[in-house]
Amino acid sequence: MSDISIQAAVEKTLKRRYARERRFRAYGLAAVLVGLVFLVAFFANIVSNGVSAFRQTEIVLPVVVSAADVDPKGNRSRESLEGGDYDIVIRDSLARLFLDVNTRIEKRAVGELVSAESSFLLRERVLEDPDLIGQQIELRVPASANIDMLIKGNVDRSLDESQRTVSDRQIRWVDELRALNRIYTRFNTALFVNGDSRDPELAGIRGAFMGSVYMLLVTVLLAFPIGVAAAVYLEEFAPRNRWTDLIEVNINNLAAVPSIVYGLLGLAVFINWMALPRSAPLVGGLVLALMTLPVVIIAARAAIKSVPPSIREAALGLGASQVQTVFQHVVPLALPGILTGTIIGMARALGETAPLLMIGMVAFIVDIPGGPLEPATALPVQVYLWADSPERAFVERTSAAIIVLLGFLLLMNLAAVLLRRRFERSW
Amino acid sequence: MTELTIDASAVADLAPESAPREASRARDALPQSTSVGSPFVMDPYFQAHNVNVFYGETQAIKNVSLEIARNEVIALIGPSGCGKSTFLRCLNRMNDTIDSARVEGRIMLDRKDIYDRSMDVVALRARVGMVFQKPNPFPKSIYDNIAYGPRLHGLAQNRADLDEIVHTSLEKAGLLTEVKDRLHDTGTSLSGGQQQRLCIARTIAVSPEVILMDEPCSALDPIATAKIEDLIDELRENYAIVIVTHSMQQAARVSQRTAYFHLGELIEVDETDKVFTNPQHRLTEDYITGRFG
Repeated sequence: MSDISIQAAVEKTLKRRYARERRFRAYGLAAVLVGLVFLVAFFANIVSNGVSAFRQTEIVLPVVVSAADVDPKGNRSRESLEGGDYDIVIRDSLARLFLDVNTRIEKRAVGELVSAESSFLLRERVLEDPDLIGQQIELRVPASANIDMLIKGNVDRSLDESQRTVSDRQIRWVDELRALNRIYTRFNTALFVNGDSRDPELAGIRGAFMGSVYMLLVTVLLAFPIGVAAAVYLEEFAPRNRWTDLIEVNINNLAAVPSIVYGLLGLAVFINWMALPRSAPLVGGLVLALMTLPVVIIAARAAIKSVPPSIREAALGLGASQVQTVFQHVVPLALPGILTGTIIGMARALGETAPLLMIGMVAFIVDIPGGPLEPATALPVQVYLWADSPERAFVERTSAAIIVLLGFLLLMNLAAVLLRRRFERSW
Repeated sequence: MTELTIDASAVADLAPESAPREASRARDALPQSTSVGSPFVMDPYFQAHNVNVFYGETQAIKNVSLEIARNEVIALIGPSGCGKSTFLRCLNRMNDTIDSARVEGRIMLDRKDIYDRSMDVVALRARVGMVFQKPNPFPKSIYDNIAYGPRLHGLAQNRADLDEIVHTSLEKAGLLTEVKDRLHDTGTSLSGGQQQRLCIARTIAVSPEVILMDEPCSALDPIATAKIEDLIDELRENYAIVIVTHSMQQAARVSQRTAYFHLGELIEVDETDKVFTNPQHRLTEDYITGRFG
């Protein structure tokens, strides 16, 4: 074969090779793009559903605090004020805004414009300052969930009245309130400071958030030290024999056990046998710690393994004992990897729902937990509970809870990156 | 091979008259050696007698006997996989870190068996320092790299002592002028040759009696190599040095004695001049004339 034909042959294969490379790159790019499209669609959906939940409709009422209603005994004692009928006061002040509200039924209908919490808000104001009795005050109260939905455009006005949650009259009243500048939307603080509630306008994620925080604290306090200790022992001190092989296989298997199984284990061991309280973040944390432990051990072992042996030799060669070598050199160098693995494990634990269902953290809990032994739910469980609720207003709150959960996850991943940067050293 | 074997007693006979006691002690204690030349010295500080090393089933070192005197540089040469590094790592028990490694025979430092139960491996490694093939400074500051050993063994009472140790170690390693203004930069920011001298300084800082060097210049350029060779020559005043090298020129330049290993056996050991100008064993001759290896 002459030189020219060799060149031609090479050129022919070259063209094919380059085409193959281009194709491969195109596949890769396509895969990334498909992933991105799904991600964007997912975020767009959640954000578009949830962003309206961060605003809440409120109504400003001109309330005349009549002594007859709020102070039945007439002596302004706390006991008397606590027994007052504030519902009537709220309803009357609403009725006074409109000309056509006279009958009891109409008053009831107009009362549905504001949240059931309104009378409690008024009661607190009055208890705080009894001098308000007999005066007219401007009281800001949350609108009811149905009115909130109407204002946010989630109620179809063209539907027949019987098919709507808001009656024609109520729509008219809302329009009148709007004309009076007495109805508007503002930032929904209730979502962040309240616990769960049957009334969507009052429901908040604080309880679930605190539950998740306590749970993660228990998880990290258990899983991190135990996981790192186990990894260090297995990697640096344990003899290589059949037993350690068996342990290694088991750790890898445990990492793949479905999380609901850990929930059942937690139910049987922590609640039934050890008699720990049901629905407590402590139990949730214990279960999640068991679930996260294999992940932490595997990540920590990989990180320890990746520390170059030359560093170990340098320390040993200088007369450091094995424990000194491990804790003064190997573990500090492996720390970024260990921390990243731990935080990824924590992030998984944060999003875990199934095992929490088994240990009773799926209950409807209004109070915000004050400690890891008090009943609580967790953020993903709250998402599950709200997603199950029929009220239209819970749809946006479900998405809002998901946004908060994702924000929490994002923060944890950011922490992982920052910690990695902080502790990473080159050699 | 038999015709070239020199009996151990023959070595003892060569001993000068002025040291009859040592000679008789040596005659009693000397083990059988199949090596050509003189594996035994008059005033041994480090003695390896009939050492066998196994990695699992395979034998890496076969019945090696070698003695090292104070203030000498002995070079271990030989083709790759001949066991010279393994032998070196026996001398400060670095082979302990390998699970499958098994060492037989006696290795004595100043007449104490280093594999004896009473010998503490940490104390041993403080006395027998090691410099590795690849410069391996800790990812810490230059200062902390050198201070690590003295801190570990409590050699400095206070900060001033420690500063003193760091400075003298850097000075002995010929690195002080280059790094004195940046002692708190990380050790890994130095060039390869500087890193290796930093590792030597780190080893000197714990004042060992013997320094083992495992191909200390194999990753360095000729200029850095020359600096380290000069350094080895200076260090000989205070330390016994065992150096493994692939460069025969280096062995010729820095060492007083040279030992040639082949397939786990110590073939020939003698004064460096003799080994390079007049090798007794055919394998040694083949190796140093470049016929293989």
